[in-house]
Amino acid sequence: MTAPTRTSRELPVGLPSRRPTVLQGVGELLLTVGVLLLLLCVYEVYGTNLVTEREQRQLGRDLSESWAAAPGGPGRPVAREPPLGRAFARLYLPRLDGTRPLVVVQGVSVADLKKGPGHLPGSALPGELGNLVLSGHRTTYGAPFSELDRLRDGDAVVVETRDSWFTYRVEAQQVVLPTAVEVTYPVPGRAGAAPTRRLLTLTTCNPKYSARERLIVSGQLEDRQPTSAGRPAALGEA
Amino acid sequence: MYGWFWRHLPGSVPVRVLLALLTLALVVVVLFTVVFPQVEPLLPFSDVTVDGDG
Repeated sequence: MTAPTRTSRELPVGLPSRRPTVLQGVGELLLTVGVLLLLLCVYEVYGTNLVTEREQRQLGRDLSESWAAAPGGPGRPVAREPPLGRAFARLYLPRLDGTRPLVVVQGVSVADLKKGPGHLPGSALPGELGNLVLSGHRTTYGAPFSELDRLRDGDAVVVETRDSWFTYRVEAQQVVLPTAVEVTYPVPGRAGAAPTRRLLTLTTCNPKYSARERLIVSGQLEDRQPTSAGRPAALGEA
Repeated sequence: MYGWFWRHLPGSVPVRVLLALLTLALVVVVLFTVVFPQVEPLLPFSDVTVDGDG
């Protein structure tokens, strides 16, 4: 009997050597990159939603507690800009979500928008003269504005603040380039003009999973009522 | 590199399988909690405002 010359780690003679070759290393690397990219997709589509769901739940609770602790006066608009990242309003899109509200935060930075739809600092506050600009994710991070393209003229967009309910009506929908800042002006399209109307502008990316264009939904304030008067009729439409 | 990793795991085959799975789980957790949140803003899905830098 000849002494075995191979160790238990080696494959039987006749099969290819198990020593890694350069080609094998490249193959494993490519497979690994592929799996990493797939995992990144999973994170984008599912993981980011979990992040935003958690934030929205927490912000919603904070908002309810804050409003319950210091109820607002009758029918006043938000007095001044909230601190960046702070939740200050609820947004209802009856056509899309029924009566499930989105919590709106101040600011449109990447960090702010992870929490939910954001209010463009410097744009009008709910109910104010001028243009209330809210931006939200079309995809990922809870995708609050995922179905914004389904809004039709005349649809209600309701904003709830500590003091009031504001019912806006959709008037127009357009797709613009990302550079079209004029849609956010107090009088859209006219820089420096003094506003005479109370407008609402919702912005998100378009088409889905792309940053090529922006989808813009515009509306005008139709009605306001103090929170003490109960929920507005528009929320019963859904 | 996976072969190298496998050969450097200690213990019997069941122990190695367990260690490999634990390592895999750890890698996935680190990816989802640390790496992906850092990488994500570089992707275009966050560009929802009209600010001219889209």
